[in-house]
Order: sequence, then C-alpha cells, then structure tokens
Amino acid sequence: MSEQGLVLEFPLQGANFESAGEASSKIKRVLQQIGVRADIIRRVAIGSYEAEMNVIIHAYRGVIKAAIYPDRTEIAVEDEGPGIADIQLAMREGYSTAPDYIREMGFGAGMGLPNMTRCSDEFDIQSTVGVGTNIRMIFQHS
Amino acid sequence: MKLSDVKAILQAEVICGAEHLDQEAITVCGADLMSDVLAFSKEKTLLLTGLTNVQVIRTAEMGDLVGIVFVRGKRPGPEVIDMARDNGIPLMVTEYPLFESCGLLYSQGSFKGPRLAMTSDV
Repeated sequence: MSEQGLVLEFPLQGANFESAGEASSKIKRVLQQIGVRADIIRRVAIGSYEAEMNVIIHAYRGVIKAAIYPDRTEIAVEDEGPGIADIQLAMREGYSTAPDYIREMGFGAGMGLPNMTRCSDEFDIQSTVGVGTNIRMIFQHS
Repeated sequence: MKLSDVKAILQAEVICGAEHLDQEAITVCGADLMSDVLAFSKEKTLLLTGLTNVQVIRTAEMGDLVGIVFVRGKRPGPEVIDMARDNGIPLMVTEYPLFESCGLLYSQGSFKGPRLAMTSDV
C-alpha cells in the first residue's frame, strides 16, 4: 500500500522574478492549514524559497513539488538549465555565479545551497552540466 | 521592543499594517542580502533594508519576520505594498540611512533577542 500524502506541484519559469516565491508561499499556507509546527514550516518555507529562487535565477524552467506526509514534508525541485559543474564549490558559503543584477535584488550571495542544507533534515543535489539540477529536501515534522 | 517604539525612534511613517504596531520585535537585522536574512535571522525579527522589491516581502513572509523598515526614505511600489498587506507584514519608511537607523535602535531600543548586523549600504 502506498503512503498517503498530499502532493502540490507548481511550474517555475526562469527569469520570472515577479512571481518568484509564489509557489513557496502556497506551500507554506497549506502547511499552516494542516497545522504543522510553526518552526518546522519556517524551515520548509526558507528551503523551498531558496530552491525556487535558484531556478528563477539560473535555470530556464523547472517544477517544484511538495509532498506532505503526517511525519514529514518532502520538497523536490527539478530544473532544465545550465547545471552545476562543481557541486562542492557551489555548496560553499559565499560562492556564486549569479550576475550583479541578481545581487542588486538581494540574492546571489552564495548562501542558497548552504541555507537549504541548514534548514532541512536531509538534502540531496544531483546536477548535469547542460541538462539541469535536481534538489530534494526532507523536513521531519517533529 | 514594540514596533510602535521603533516607529517613534526612527521617526518612521507607516506605509501599511498600522494595526500590527503592538507586535514585539525580538531583534533587528539590517541587511540588503535576503539570503543572509533567511540564513541568520530568527522569527519576529525586524528587518531594516534599502531594498524595496517583492523579494523583500517574500523573505519576510518565509522567515516569519515581524515587519520591515525601508531606510533612506525609499518607498516600495504599490504591488509590493499589496503583497505585504496580504501577508499581514507591517511596512514603515524612515529618512535615516541604514547605519543611523541601526545605531538609533541599538542604543535606544530594548530587545530580547540577539542583535544582528549584516551587510549594509551605508
């Protein structure tokens, strides 16, 4: 028998800064309606928002999925984009390939991936140069 | 310290969310890098920033911040204000630059949480 969970899925469009964060906002609201603990929701929202921003900043398009179970929330973000050549380097705080106009918006400081690992209980990243990047985060509810 | 005290100290104008000014800010974060805010701030933090785009509101929403003060008299556009209103995030604007705003709150305010100062545009 498959595990019962609530699945939310939102398409993401690269360079669409106007609506950047909408998907994470909706995920956050559903978690609030379900009654997940506020400090857990905050961590999910931050991890999800950072991953969403990464797609908007770096990729052409992508999808963000939230699977909400009684004991945990899983966030999966898959994009079509340039991919990451050196993941270890990209994981380092302060390292970023974002251009200056992204920094002027308050992002591209090289904190996105480190933030995601900090917020989540499990973090996994797979990337292929010229194809795209997949990120998976798990947040335990207790 | 209450947001109404912040308003008085910074001689700030309330743009929206006047009904939330009795809320308590446990600490203040002065920053223009939203990822730093997301990484290091706690919930119920007051954000002081020179940025006025929608990402500032999203950052406040995701990080459960208590409010935002825009420094140097910078005002966000109507869509940014609408988003803040929808999310119940009070917005204020002060003529003081970031450095002075932080200094005034640091010296005159009483905060329960840790004091954070980050990237500034002084």
